[in-house]
Amino acid sequence: MTRASLPLKAAALGGLAFLHVPLIFILLYCFTTEERSYAFPPPGYTLKWFAVVWDRADIWAAIGLSLKVAVAATALALVLGTLAAGALARAKFFGREPISLLLVLPIALPGIVTGIALRQAFGLMEIPFSFWTIVIGHATFCIVVVYNNAVARLRRLSPSLIEASMDLGADAFQTFRLVVLPNIGTALLAGGMLAFALSFDEVIVTTFTAGQQSTLPIWMLSELIRPRQRPVTNVVAVMIILVTFLPILAAYYLTREGEAVAGSGK
Amino acid sequence: MGAVRGAARRPQKAVPPMHATLDTVPATPAVRFQGVARHFGAIRAVDGVDLSIAPGEFFAMLGPSGSGKTTCLRLIAGFEQPDAGHIEIFGETVEGLPPYRRAVNTVFQDYALFPHLSVGDNVAYGLRVRGVARAERARLAREALALVKLAGMETRRPAQLSGGQRQRVALARALVVRPKVLLLDEPLGALDLKLREEMQSELKGLQRALGLTFVFVTHDQGEALSMADRVAVFNEGRIVQVGPPEEVYERPATRFVAGFVGSANVLEPAQAAALGGAARVSSLRPEKIVLLAPGAPAPEGTGVVEASVTDVSYQGPVRRVAVRDARGLALVVAVPAGAGTVALGQAVRLAVPAGALQPMEGEP
Repeated sequence: MTRASLPLKAAALGGLAFLHVPLIFILLYCFTTEERSYAFPPPGYTLKWFAVVWDRADIWAAIGLSLKVAVAATALALVLGTLAAGALARAKFFGREPISLLLVLPIALPGIVTGIALRQAFGLMEIPFSFWTIVIGHATFCIVVVYNNAVARLRRLSPSLIEASMDLGADAFQTFRLVVLPNIGTALLAGGMLAFALSFDEVIVTTFTAGQQSTLPIWMLSELIRPRQRPVTNVVAVMIILVTFLPILAAYYLTREGEAVAGSGK
Repeated sequence: MGAVRGAARRPQKAVPPMHATLDTVPATPAVRFQGVARHFGAIRAVDGVDLSIAPGEFFAMLGPSGSGKTTCLRLIAGFEQPDAGHIEIFGETVEGLPPYRRAVNTVFQDYALFPHLSVGDNVAYGLRVRGVARAERARLAREALALVKLAGMETRRPAQLSGGQRQRVALARALVVRPKVLLLDEPLGALDLKLREEMQSELKGLQRALGLTFVFVTHDQGEALSMADRVAVFNEGRIVQVGPPEEVYERPATRFVAGFVGSANVLEPAQAAALGGAARVSSLRPEKIVLLAPGAPAPEGTGVVEASVTDVSYQGPVRRVAVRDARGLALVVAVPAGAGTVALGQAVRLAVPAGALQPMEGEP
């Protein structure tokens, strides 16, 4: 064990501070009495913005829409991502590599490209913007995180486990339910939570696929342009931090535990 | 054996009474292959195999890796389908039947225990998917574990067991659903020597007690010879010889068998004739050759080789001594411990009893 040198420690602390001090300011200005600008230090402290948020129907509508979209996109991604992983994890067939690349591409592609592509596709097919167009837009990248998690776990799963199950009399469905699912369950949970968090705060793809609807991040962007009641956005931002941070933290711990289980199982 | 009884309800893997097989249907082979072939691209993994395994037989498939023995096992289990030929299990045609509709079970090389299930649930798995009630399958799993001497281990996880214990769990899991044929894929390969010898006699005892047909794949000739009723020697996707262990060992049919099973000396026709054998390609087991004391007369009816020692390797009870005579005949001789010293370069006289030369039936 060597101890880190002082400059290295300082640099690490500086990096952490750079990342996290702005979050503290978000929290701080939830309580300011000044509603037009972010003066430092805040001239006074109040809890009234929480009450304001509570009473505004547009905020709750935006939160509701974001939650519904995130749930639907995650559910879609779980089903399609698991199926894709099942098909591509082990089997060898012509075109396997290109297909797996195409699957992962949406997360590497700039959101703006995905957004424009989807918008034009919806336009060409004369599909009106709706809840489902947002869900489809989000599913493009949600599938990737589920697929990546599932495929990594499936590749670690010994193929003889599936053969053993069928050998002992289980058909394909029983084998999936009793052997495959329990062994990739934590990976799916982790992938699903990441997908949920990604969908919940997505702006760019949503801008192109939402039409007149406002998800929570879109609502925040439009709110920033208005001069009044600025701390309201801070209160909502803190809510978003909580809603996205907790699942990501849970996913982190779940996959860690899952690796330990998978490693000791052989 | 009351241990694994009254298990299955679902018809997909019909379970016969365990002892019925030996006495009532001796005419129907447990497993029959007719011209079976399985190709992977250009590789002929199994290339026209015919075999017939009798009910209650302990049948070993022996061969180097890539010889097709494991593919044959997987063809019986249903993990592979033949490209040509015909497979029957107890008279029933099984081509196209998935593994879960075949009355055979497999003990996998890596054991393939379900890591998320306890030992008891692993053993009960086959009963669970057949819809056996929880209490009943727990009882049967307990009995099966007792059969393999793992009583009381039900609540452990596979990860907490030693290699030998996992092997026994895999065995119990396959036996609890009472297969007509038990397939074992190199089941002892991962165990250390002492444990392997212990499991060999235990497997043999279990097979005798249950009267089950065991089909056993191995690349270890010692294992095949000591356990099996009959051995099929595989090479390049074909069976090159099949017979009882003594026959395969004493009378190898081809050069390959002579070399793979116990590494016999192979003599060309002229060399065999010179030593008093038939003018055929012949095998000569190293332990059949006698090292004569200097000046001692050769016994009646033996061929004599005057040779010099080219290599000596110590192997505990015997030394393997490589010799070469003036005409270029190279032989390996197994010299028992205490039969005098043999040094590199030393001139020796060897006696080859006439009956020790075995002409190979599979060679011209």
